[in-house]
Amino acid sequence: MHKSPDSNIVNLNATETNNGKRRPTPASNKNEKAPANQFDLVELGCTISGKVILQNINISLKPHGISAIMGFNGAGKSMLLKLIHGIATPTNGHVRWNQQVPTREHRLNQAMVFQKPVLLRRSVKANIDFVIKQRKHRDPLNRNALLAMVGLVDKATQAARLLSGGEQQRLALARALACKPSVLFLDEATASLDSASAAIIEDIVERESRAGTKIIMVTHDAAQAARLSDEVIFMHGGTVVEHSNSQSFFTTPSSAPAKAYLEGRLYNPNR
Amino acid sequence: MQESATSLALTLISTADPDLLEIIGLSLRVSLSAVGLSLCAGLVLGATLAIARFPGRQAVNILVNASMSMPPVVVGLLVYLALSRSGPLGWLGLLYTPSAMIIAQTLLITPLIAALSRQVIEDLYLEYADQFTSLQLTTVEKIKALLWDARYSLSTVALAGLGRALSEVGAVIIVGGNIEHLTRVMTTAIALETSKGNLALALALGAILLTLALLINALLSSINVSAKRYAYA
Ligand SMILES: Nc1ncnc2c1ncn2[C@@H]1O[C@H](COP(=O)(O)OP(=O)(O)O)[C@@H](O)[C@H]1O
Ligand SMILES: [Mg+2]
Repeated sequence: MHKSPDSNIVNLNATETNNGKRRPTPASNKNEKAPANQFDLVELGCTISGKVILQNINISLKPHGISAIMGFNGAGKSMLLKLIHGIATPTNGHVRWNQQVPTREHRLNQAMVFQKPVLLRRSVKANIDFVIKQRKHRDPLNRNALLAMVGLVDKATQAARLLSGGEQQRLALARALACKPSVLFLDEATASLDSASAAIIEDIVERESRAGTKIIMVTHDAAQAARLSDEVIFMHGGTVVEHSNSQSFFTTPSSAPAKAYLEGRLYNPNR
Repeated sequence: MQESATSLALTLISTADPDLLEIIGLSLRVSLSAVGLSLCAGLVLGATLAIARFPGRQAVNILVNASMSMPPVVVGLLVYLALSRSGPLGWLGLLYTPSAMIIAQTLLITPLIAALSRQVIEDLYLEYADQFTSLQLTTVEKIKALLWDARYSLSTVALAGLGRALSEVGAVIIVGGNIEHLTRVMTTAIALETSKGNLALALALGAILLTLALLINALLSSINVSAKRYAYA
């Protein structure tokens, strides 16, 4: 049967994803043969104009699967993501990637999707072409295949910044994937999207993970983290207060702030 | 007298008087060349100042902003001193040629292009910086992408430069000398022909100059409208 380009849209599991029935990805689902992306954060800290934003962060992320960074607003999640990705510089400690200090070559294998998509003032397809041209991959991903994956083939020639919020974020994700990243960072990529757009993004992320891409995502959506993540890094007051398997994090959180967060109340240590 | 000057001016325009056309042609050639050269230098300077972080950057910004409002006569005087026979560039023999006028206007317009484009590009870079760093763009790739994405705003900057070049008289009169059939442009002709009582030519040129100014402004607003329409502003 002839396939229409839109049949590639990966929202077939949307309902399943949305009603939260799906269990956390079992370990067997993961592609253990994929190259490891081991991130070690050593004594990581960041102080900006006298204000301590992050401090004393010593954790090693799982080399495979999906790591979720969670925490209240202002906990330092975005800053931590930027430090790991290397688009911000720590004032203390360092990040190691597979036991090495990451170089520009390493970082060319990483891509990030921001909470507010940053799209070039060009057409939808030009936003993808920009990255394909910059990366000079020997076998570049096909632009139209990427657009089909996020359901934007029909809008290829439109001005990117006239897309809806959900479409813009899907385009940002497609552009990130055009980098062929082995590590994908997402900073609350679905925070301002409706559930259908969020489901499309979740499904792509999950599939990328199964194909071997290491995913490190910030989310304040506990249900999403439970659906997708293998481990949770819970931050509070600029440091990591809990780092555990998703399974145990969501059933038996050990830190008081995480308990409060999962119960949907603000954390007040003086109560 | 005034009335006959007006009707004479209209005749000059309607009959496409060759002297009139020559003056208009030179004006456009000099100012468009100057804007072209200023864009080459000013956009690179503006983009570099917008994204580079080096000690003394703020001082350079202030300097560029200040030279944006340099009086044309002062620029003309400096270029005159450089090009005059005893000056350091006197051997080029450029004084009182269209080339000298192009040089003077380029020096006049470049700071304007640099300062305005720096502002435009800096605002855009504020939005793009994290994404560009994430993509590991080189400085040259960043500058190219920013210049292209700021294309609408930057074309209004270029038009602002053209407007200033076409309407200035101080610089071109000093280094060009308003020599008939050689360096006479619209503004110098208006300035000097009026004082000689040749009101018809002055009036005709004044009308053309006004029309050009209107056209430039119309173009400016249509650029702004389409930039908004595509959310490229
Ligand atoms: N560039 C900066 N300069 C000063 N303070 C900053 C900067 N970036 C973030 N912060 C502060 O650091 C704290 C953590 O920010 P962020 O990482 O964005 O938190 P979130 O967990 O909500 O993503 C906040 O209090 C924020 O105001
Ligand atoms: Mg954040």
